[in-house]
Amino acid sequence: MSTLQSPRTSGLVSDLTAGKLPRFAPALAAVIALGIGALAALLIGGGLLATVLFAAVAFLVVLPAWYAVVEGRRAAVDRLVTCLVWSALAVALVPLVSLLWTVVHHGARQLDATFLGQDAFITALHQPTGILHAIVGTLLITLTAAVMSVPLGIFAAIYLIEYGAGSKLAAAIRFLVDVMTGIPSIVAGLFAFALFTLLFGPAYRSGLAGAAALSLLMVPIVVRSTEEMLRLVPNELREAAYALGTPKWRTIVKVVLPTALGGIVTGVTLATARVVGETAPLLLTAAITTKVNLNVFDGFMTTLPVMVYSSQAKGHPEDFDVAWGAALVLVLIVLVLNIVARIVGKIFAPKTGH
Amino acid sequence: MTATTAEKMTETPSNRLGDRIFSGLALAAGLSILVALTGVFAFLLIRGWQGLSQDASFYDAPRANDFLHYVWPLVFGTVYAAVIALVIAVPLSIGIALVISHYAPRRLATPIAYVIDLLAAVPSVVFGLWGILVFAPAMVPTYGWLDDHLGFIPLFAGNEGGGVNPVGRTILTAGIVLAIMVLPIITSITREIFAQTPRLHQEAALALGATRWEMIRYAVFPYARSGMVSAVMLGLGRALGETMAVAMVLSAGKSLVTFNLLGNESSTTIAANIASNYKEGTPGKVAVLIATGLVLFVLTFVVNFLARLIVARAERNTTR
Amino acid sequence: MIATSARRVLPAVAALALGVSLTACGSSDDKSATPSSSDTANLSSLTGELNGAGSSAQEKAQGAWAAGFQGLTDGNVTVNYNPVGSGDGRTQFAQGGVDFAGTDSYFKDDEGELSAANKRCGEDIIEVPAYVSPIAVFFNVPGVKELNLDADTIAQIFDGKIKNWNAPEIAKLNADAKLPDLAITPVHRSDDSGTTKNFTDYLGKASGSWSYDAADAFPVKGGLAAEGTSGVVAAVTNGKGTIGYADESQVGDLAVAAIKVGEDFNKPTAEGAAAVVDISKAVEGRPATDMAVDIDRKTTEAGAYPLVLVSYLVACQHYDDAAKADLVKGYLTYVLGDGQAAAADEAGSSPLTKATADKALAIVEKIAAK
Repeated sequence: MSTLQSPRTSGLVSDLTAGKLPRFAPALAAVIALGIGALAALLIGGGLLATVLFAAVAFLVVLPAWYAVVEGRRAAVDRLVTCLVWSALAVALVPLVSLLWTVVHHGARQLDATFLGQDAFITALHQPTGILHAIVGTLLITLTAAVMSVPLGIFAAIYLIEYGAGSKLAAAIRFLVDVMTGIPSIVAGLFAFALFTLLFGPAYRSGLAGAAALSLLMVPIVVRSTEEMLRLVPNELREAAYALGTPKWRTIVKVVLPTALGGIVTGVTLATARVVGETAPLLLTAAITTKVNLNVFDGFMTTLPVMVYSSQAKGHPEDFDVAWGAALVLVLIVLVLNIVARIVGKIFAPKTGH
Repeated sequence: MTATTAEKMTETPSNRLGDRIFSGLALAAGLSILVALTGVFAFLLIRGWQGLSQDASFYDAPRANDFLHYVWPLVFGTVYAAVIALVIAVPLSIGIALVISHYAPRRLATPIAYVIDLLAAVPSVVFGLWGILVFAPAMVPTYGWLDDHLGFIPLFAGNEGGGVNPVGRTILTAGIVLAIMVLPIITSITREIFAQTPRLHQEAALALGATRWEMIRYAVFPYARSGMVSAVMLGLGRALGETMAVAMVLSAGKSLVTFNLLGNESSTTIAANIASNYKEGTPGKVAVLIATGLVLFVLTFVVNFLARLIVARAERNTTR
Repeated sequence: MIATSARRVLPAVAALALGVSLTACGSSDDKSATPSSSDTANLSSLTGELNGAGSSAQEKAQGAWAAGFQGLTDGNVTVNYNPVGSGDGRTQFAQGGVDFAGTDSYFKDDEGELSAANKRCGEDIIEVPAYVSPIAVFFNVPGVKELNLDADTIAQIFDGKIKNWNAPEIAKLNADAKLPDLAITPVHRSDDSGTTKNFTDYLGKASGSWSYDAADAFPVKGGLAAEGTSGVVAAVTNGKGTIGYADESQVGDLAVAAIKVGEDFNKPTAEGAAAVVDISKAVEGRPATDMAVDIDRKTTEAGAYPLVLVSYLVACQHYDDAAKADLVKGYLTYVLGDGQAAAADEAGSSPLTKATADKALAIVEKIAAK
């Protein structure tokens, strides 16, 4: 509009900037929204939380509306989605931060050499105890479960995508894997308990039985996530390999799996994280002890979640402290596993353009 | 759809052997899943069969007198809690996945992804502890506000005599806690898939003048649809099967069917009910609980079946 | 590593323990059943693992007992107690999965549980009370620290019949208290539990207003439900106008009601709880090795507190393995003797009276190898 009167050169510049909101627009909108929120909270009632909520809603209305007026509908929708997406993150971060902070706040003061370096075997009351036996148990049982379910899950996914694609059997397996995700952990525990006591006698408790129960929960997550990642590997890659005369299995090992590795690692990490916190099945199958047990095939084994559960169930303040400490260590262990998995994924993933 | 017949071209003996072993392994892995699931099903059937028809006292007698009346409120509670969890978690997860894959600068995206993954690792018990000590009490004022202002909607009606659950242990709380537990699962898988969308598709969309959202809507989502469905299904499975956190957070009313989100007592879930009552169970009661496990198994089956049907129909409509 | 090496040397240990058990048997005849240091002196030669499972109410006490017993055996014995719950503990014992079990309700034969356990042992099982703990009725009402209640009033509160703290039924019992106009929110266990069974048993027997059977599952709709003892305590603490029931040792700083016994109002005490076990009648038709009692909820004995949980330890009279028999015998002897004081300190339970403990020790004394 004003460009009509301007000289031609500057007109070109303002053409590009015309119909654009200034950079401070979101900030201004936020201030306006906050005002509206406070006013609404004042009128309808409600505290600080209500103010923030109303302000957020107002912001989601004000800013896109402004865009709609100045830049048009498409830009407004784009801006709205951007706002929504970031608010999704903000909303999710609130409980997340609260949760992590609670664990760290209660757990951090527990961490010392005794707590981490000793088991809970004591020969008199009020001796200092630690959680070393539970750390060892968690690592061994989770590792065993991963060894059992990761190859199984990946091979099953390979079958679903590479060999059985389109077949009735593959469709049935895919469906059953979905059903399998809904098996409650306690049922998995009861099943593993029944199976192993049937095979090895009624007194058989071991980390292996616990790991078997956890595998039931892990396998479907590994299969599902791996399957999705394999599906995304472009067919051109496979065909290029075939064209070079590479047999199918070598194509899968050398081309398909490395391409999907990042996603597979994520899936495996997720599956591990899912089961590392399980309580009920392990209480049945691996029971609980106070000593370090390095034999997965025989003898009681305690894991960190079992320790958290049994400590909090005792209900005395000092037991709650132990529970939080063990919970924090568990989260840290998973964090480390996560980082290691990502590094592994990075190292073995093929170099891509971006 | 990805299988090709290219292997015909390379039929040297060693390769054929390698291929045969490899495909055999893959098939065996697939079949072992069938075997495992059949095993679980058989176990549930054998141990639970007796629980389907027993003396009324095994079904918490004054409240329910037979298996159907015992299990129906649990089925309702299971589905209700899972629906609440998914309604909250799915949009949030997809939003966060988009932030990580498309919106946030790389430096910010990686730590966000870490933090969300970390959430997947927090044990159920800790979710339960946090739920009863921090989250549920914190929600009480909000629930009171909802009851005051939206009480005319039956969902927010609260207790009969007025007021809401004084400690916040409602099915809404349980649903939100479940949503937080499900969120990392859906987020991690969808963000991987979003990130896999071919660069070319995206750049082509942008080059045609699409805004970022239009690019996501027309290039990323169609590509990622099947993966998003898988991710949601995994989340649903977790929500249906979660035990400890629900058991700890929920104020469970036995044999109760209510949509009320804020009341003193809520319908509980099958998995939580098994976990909290298995401990003291006599053999007869344990049979009843395992029979409810069988029902959950069938329920998961049906829910998955329906979901697949709906997805298949939706896909047929969009391709037309 | 420790566990594996223990297993590898098991035969040697068994042989050694056999010798020990022979000397123990030889000397046991002339000893009284009271726990004494001389009785526990030869414990230091025991080695191995002792596995138990059952009642989660006993868990804290079992921790104290394990520590004490492991000390007496110079750290050569490991006691593992798996708090899977009474029901599962009984099942695991009957299946032979554990050496001993802890249970909040005694073995019954309605569903063949007792027969199964007897079959496992090949004879009558040993069942002795080991953990007695008063169940407190506790509340969170602003301005009220002391509260007197009788069984009828408690029954009506938990049945949802009395809805307000200033109801005349409560006011009548508490002339001095300033009762607010506040809705009562009764809190019960959402999971099946021995605590609920004892609580409902008390209400059913001691009051005329409770029409439900004693059961592990709380029978009334309405009110607030919470998982586990710690859940109930948290719910009562976080709520306002709440009242709940839980193991007295875990109630913490919350106010505890005094319940009417005879003409007095008694708060839970260790002596009052243990006394009730003495005056309760033994369950009929039980062999001499079974000390199961039906608790006398209607007692009017001065100082008694009839709202108690009595949790038992279950074992066999004879074990195939001599070492195992010595371990079980040694552990149970310790638990019923010195262990009672340790559990009282650590878990807040009520030590058994001498009469009950002596009777139980006489039974445990007979544990031997087959």
